[in-house]
Amino acid sequence: MASTEGVIKEPILAADGTPLKQALRRSQARERRAAFFLVAPLLLFILIVFAVPIASMIWRSVYNPEVRNFLPQTASALQQWDGEDVPPEPVFQAMAADMIVGVENRTIGRAAARINREIPGARSRMMRTARAVDEWSAPYSEKFLEADERWADLEFWRLLKRETRLITPAYYLLALDYEYTAEGEIRPRPEVYQIYKSLFWRTAWMSMLITGICILLAYPISYLMATQPTRIANLLLILVLLPFWTSLLVRTSAWIVLLQQQGVVNELLVALDIIDERGRLRMIYNRTGTIIAMTHILLPFMVLPLYSVMKTIPPSYLRAAKSLGAHPFRAWWRVYFPLTIPGLAAGCILVFILAIGYYITPALVGGDSGIFISNLIAQNMQGSSAQLKLAAALATILLAAVLIIYWVFNKLVGVDKLKFG
Amino acid sequence: MKRVLILTGSVAAIALGGAVAQDQQLTIVSWGGAYSNSQIKAYHEPYTEKTGVKIVNEDKSANALAGIRAQVEADNVTWDVVDMLQADAQRACDEGLLEIIDHDEWLAPAPDGTPASEDFVEGQLGDCYVPQILYATMFAYNTEAFPDGEPQTIEDIWDVEKFPGTRALQQIPQKNLEWALIADGVPDDEVYEVLATPEGQDRAFAKLDEIKDHVIWWSEGAQPPQMLADKEAVIATAYNGRIFNAQVNEDQPFEIIWDRQMLESDGWVVPVGNEDKMELIRDYLYFATDTQRLADQAKYISYGPARTSSAPLVGTFEDTDIDMKPHMPTNPENLETAVNFDVQFWTDYGDALEERFNAWVAG
Repeated sequence: MASTEGVIKEPILAADGTPLKQALRRSQARERRAAFFLVAPLLLFILIVFAVPIASMIWRSVYNPEVRNFLPQTASALQQWDGEDVPPEPVFQAMAADMIVGVENRTIGRAAARINREIPGARSRMMRTARAVDEWSAPYSEKFLEADERWADLEFWRLLKRETRLITPAYYLLALDYEYTAEGEIRPRPEVYQIYKSLFWRTAWMSMLITGICILLAYPISYLMATQPTRIANLLLILVLLPFWTSLLVRTSAWIVLLQQQGVVNELLVALDIIDERGRLRMIYNRTGTIIAMTHILLPFMVLPLYSVMKTIPPSYLRAAKSLGAHPFRAWWRVYFPLTIPGLAAGCILVFILAIGYYITPALVGGDSGIFISNLIAQNMQGSSAQLKLAAALATILLAAVLIIYWVFNKLVGVDKLKFG
Repeated sequence: MKRVLILTGSVAAIALGGAVAQDQQLTIVSWGGAYSNSQIKAYHEPYTEKTGVKIVNEDKSANALAGIRAQVEADNVTWDVVDMLQADAQRACDEGLLEIIDHDEWLAPAPDGTPASEDFVEGQLGDCYVPQILYATMFAYNTEAFPDGEPQTIEDIWDVEKFPGTRALQQIPQKNLEWALIADGVPDDEVYEVLATPEGQDRAFAKLDEIKDHVIWWSEGAQPPQMLADKEAVIATAYNGRIFNAQVNEDQPFEIIWDRQMLESDGWVVPVGNEDKMELIRDYLYFATDTQRLADQAKYISYGPARTSSAPLVGTFEDTDIDMKPHMPTNPENLETAVNFDVQFWTDYGDALEERFNAWVAG
């Protein structure tokens, strides 16, 4: 007994005398290191072009340095202020000092631009005062109020105090059509400014509709392709792939040519006397245009996975079901359809996720009622009233939504069951 | 065009034997189309010929402010000289994104010796901004769409019964809101007062609602003449020079409605962060904004030169017999009912109104 225990305790040695376990670990570590170095370039690439930009986008959506950085003395003077009455002299004095520095460094405009977003007119008031302030002397509060009585506006100072916080939820609230007041209360924005929530919904339901139409169109085509002899199937496949290989922009422009009011379809309908000159249909620069063009563009993403799955289903299964007495529809529904689900699910997730992030097609043919949330993200990155941080918040929400949809989909269908072709 | 320019540039450089100029290059951002063309002919080509400096054009002015902000923030400024609207230039200047320009030091005096600061049209020079041209935004229409009676006034634009068809408007609140109020009966000189109040803003949007179903939107200056030519729209707001270009160069049956035209200036700014090229940039600006050059531009497009001394030098279109004067937005006849575009108002209320406008358009 004792000797057996001794044998077990004695470590097994490798050829060079080191314990086997240790030698094994060492050689495995070497392999792992080699593997790591092999994928390192890819990892680094993904880190630089994917992870870092996304992290920086998320950071930008909450980072709010304008007031803290460009009005530092005012920011700290305001911490003592209770928000009930016009701020005391030290706050005005700090503001005057900040303005003198801000004019010299030409940074005052950035703080003013931030405040002007919330209080129209604050920019020019701040800029005017900033240009005059170096000629003034204490007591500053009197001078400020003399120059413009709106300097007594409590709303302004409360907002400024709120804006001294470096991290702000303001852009996320905006992205969901909420605002938070200078007092820190969260409430829905006035109706005339509300847009983003309805755009998120529109993007979701239109993407679902497009996915639905794609299913209806792709299922029969795929079935046909899967059941025809190879020669015809290949021809059909080419017909599906040709548009797939054509540039997205070309296909979108082609739809513009076809659908516009002076376009091919309308001309044809007028020539055939189906509609009159005045009654030309508007099929583009609206929701209809987006749905038609996007369905066409995304269709191959539904056809290809469906086809690849259908091709593997032996026709004998259906024959067997029918010979056992099933009605053709019942045979299809109970035998054939369940077997196509992996392809159908793959097609759905591909089309839907591509659709909700679509930008260029809605931008070109969507007019105003057919644009998606991505178009508003772009709008917030361009133009003179661009709000990069709002764009970042909107994009982060979109990213989160896609991840959630993917997660739910995974729970329902199981990503491992998908067949992409 | 770019290649031709580079080519002429290098040929000229070799001809002059200017070893310095050979690798010198300026990136100039502008609006594209007929407008960029007029700048190329009046400024860039003569400058390249004179100095051998290559000029690269980028048509990005529609997003100039956002672009300069991004470049300055990233500390990677690739734009040397940018063509920009006055209101945006003022904002960018306040935010410290642009070089401050000492007008008399940077710019050429008039031929009679008047310093630049007194030669430019009053109120147009900015701390960081040199205007080139005065342009009008106004309505224009395709005459073929109105065989019996053509629209004449702003009120007609809103009359979709009498003048049916699609209207193409610029997708910005500026000017559209002013016109809406005027069409709703607000006197011209009270427009901005009314627009500063929440009730006035509601009123303007309500008026725009009346024609929203008949509107398509444009964002680039080249679009409205195209939309009119394709009959995608029968009436469009446009920059007057673009309509002129379509009338004269493309024989389009377009007509301008000068009623309530809005006059603005457009000009050059210099983003900060190009200190090492400053000498070249200033040399270009000095050349391109002198009296003769501004008058030359009016040969190619019907925009009014921003220098008083240039006006008498304006002649005919590209040396043809088309007199430019009646096509100029500054022609007294065309100015009769013009509305003064208020840059200050839009620096203050632009953010809020643009946000509301975008929500309104997409909603």
